[in-house]
Amino acid sequence: MALLNIKGLYKIFGSDPERVFPLLEKGLSKAEILDKTGCTIGINNASFQIERKEVFVIMGLSGSGKSTVIRCLNRLIEPTRGVIEIDGDDVMKMDDAALLECRRKTMSMVFQHFGLLPQRSVVRNVEYGLEVAGVDKETRHEKAVASLELVGLKGYEDSFPSELSGGMQQRVGLARALASDSEILLMDEAFSALDPLIRANMQDELLELQATMHKTIVFITHDLDEALKIGDRIAIMKDGEVVQIGTPEEILSEPADDYVKAFVEKVDKSKVITAASVMRKPQTITIPKDGPHMAVRAMERAGSSSIFVVDRNRQFQGLLLIDDAVRLERENAKDVRSALHTELFVADPDTPVADLLSRAMTAKYPISILDDQQRLRGIVDRATVLAEVLGEDHEDTATVSLEAVLSDSQQISLEETDYDEN
Amino acid sequence: MTKIEIGNAFESVIEWLTDNGDFIFDGIVIAVESVLDLLKTILHFPPNWVLILLFGLLAWRVSGKGLAVFSLLGFFLIQNLGFWEPTIDTLALVITSVLIALLIGIPLGIWSAKSETVNRVMRPMLDFMQTLPAFVYLIPAVLFFQLGEVPGVIATLIFSLPPCVRFTSLGIRQVPDDIHDAAISFGSNPRQLLFKAELPVALPTLMAGVNQTIMLALSMVVICGMIGAGGLGNEVLKGITQMKIDLGFEAGICIVILAIFLDRITQELGKTAETSS
Repeated sequence: MALLNIKGLYKIFGSDPERVFPLLEKGLSKAEILDKTGCTIGINNASFQIERKEVFVIMGLSGSGKSTVIRCLNRLIEPTRGVIEIDGDDVMKMDDAALLECRRKTMSMVFQHFGLLPQRSVVRNVEYGLEVAGVDKETRHEKAVASLELVGLKGYEDSFPSELSGGMQQRVGLARALASDSEILLMDEAFSALDPLIRANMQDELLELQATMHKTIVFITHDLDEALKIGDRIAIMKDGEVVQIGTPEEILSEPADDYVKAFVEKVDKSKVITAASVMRKPQTITIPKDGPHMAVRAMERAGSSSIFVVDRNRQFQGLLLIDDAVRLERENAKDVRSALHTELFVADPDTPVADLLSRAMTAKYPISILDDQQRLRGIVDRATVLAEVLGEDHEDTATVSLEAVLSDSQQISLEETDYDEN
Repeated sequence: MTKIEIGNAFESVIEWLTDNGDFIFDGIVIAVESVLDLLKTILHFPPNWVLILLFGLLAWRVSGKGLAVFSLLGFFLIQNLGFWEPTIDTLALVITSVLIALLIGIPLGIWSAKSETVNRVMRPMLDFMQTLPAFVYLIPAVLFFQLGEVPGVIATLIFSLPPCVRFTSLGIRQVPDDIHDAAISFGSNPRQLLFKAELPVALPTLMAGVNQTIMLALSMVVICGMIGAGGLGNEVLKGITQMKIDLGFEAGICIVILAIFLDRITQELGKTAETSS
């Protein structure tokens, strides 16, 4: 059975919201109802189930009601109608005492702008939930310290929030939510206020934490990439309604309507994988400055059997193999130009990786990526292209395989690839 | 056209109150007097130089060397001019009025921050209290409490109440939504929300309100010299009515010294509240 069961949830803002329901049943639009009654519909008949230990992402643009939904779950906002069951207990029917207990023990929340108390030290902030629950001083300090260690903030216990960066402040927010050991974690645009790099970092760390802690996470975001990355399942909201619920795979492959499609396509276009995004920096020597001795030395140091050759303007001249370089060295030649291989394939940086497939399969050497002035920007080897294309076959869609490609290309760049063996 | 009798109506309300509310007013008199007497006893008890040193020490601890030197010199000057007794009386009046004003004002401010209805009722009342000329407060104060220190304290506390209410309310309303929501979502009950989250965050604003309250109280306490509240106001009044320019000027200087001392001390306290937050 699902841990969280939300049925027929409505939130109507304005005075006397009950009079709106007959109009809704008649099928009037949001705008018409606002016109007639002055009431805004925040959530319109939302129903969904959240399984234990899953990361459930609610995604939508601003005004879609996603933040209202998450605030209804712990009744920070009082829903107008509906059922919110946690393990069969209806949150809507709880009295004040039971609700407090539920907030202290079962659900904890992370906020977009952190919501840290500025006059409390980091550890005292993390203790907050335990403190209001009446946990004794030593126990709560112990738990807070442990939870700070989990999010990587060991040693910052006595700092104040204002002394920390945004990313670190949000770690405190996360530690505070983890300290109460609650089963459900509500995260309201938790990473939206952070800059992109830190944000990607935090997403990874959340996934790592989730792999060991197995919380049930409800995550709100307006960013589809974020939703796809961390969500086990995603609910897409529009105008207060849930328009689609599904795995990232389902959302991408079978968008329920034009609204979702528009979302997904926007992502697809921006995320087409080009040669530029998977290429890596090659080993190069510069002619005529560098001769065979330099080439051998550079290849030895890099542990590779070939090296790319460019001229002073970094324009690509060809590939030099170790055998040729050693031969020239013995002959005491100064110039490597005579021995360069030029039977190579080149492509420009915007070429989609998939288009490089057939070339990569037949080519002996990596494909060189040149810009419009013939300068060598990078190389793409067969392994990279194959990883990309195989990933695509597996996953069926280009967007999902991006993660696979990025991690694969990282791995490849860590190892030295021997082109001759390829 | 007949005149609308606002003045008469006000007068009859006051009269009805004086006739029927005796026991309440007597109670207030006893309460205020006991606080005031206690403060005066404490402040007058140590020798002057001990108190001067204590003020200097306080200034040093709270603010720094500059204010400490100023306080020592300032209070020494007051002592030297022979205004020690009235200055301490004035200080006692200010402290009493401000304590009572805070006791009433902070809860009112919290209430009006929590309830939109209360806020809507309170706002015009506060506007009215702040725009009414200070002298007008003297009339009902005298009518209910006759002449002396108690009506002085009452008039002063009414006059200095508005900023305390306003700043408290403002400070709590300004608590960021995320902090407010976070405190609730972790299971704070209303009391924990107020004392553990809202008030600490609002403290710097609240301290600015306290500072304003003290400054207004000081200015009113001087005016209250006119209804026999004593202290420096009395000396200034003597200066005016008897054309004693020297006396009026010297008393004025003492007021300024006291004002600067109180202002800087409370401002610094406000700053400490801010940096610690």
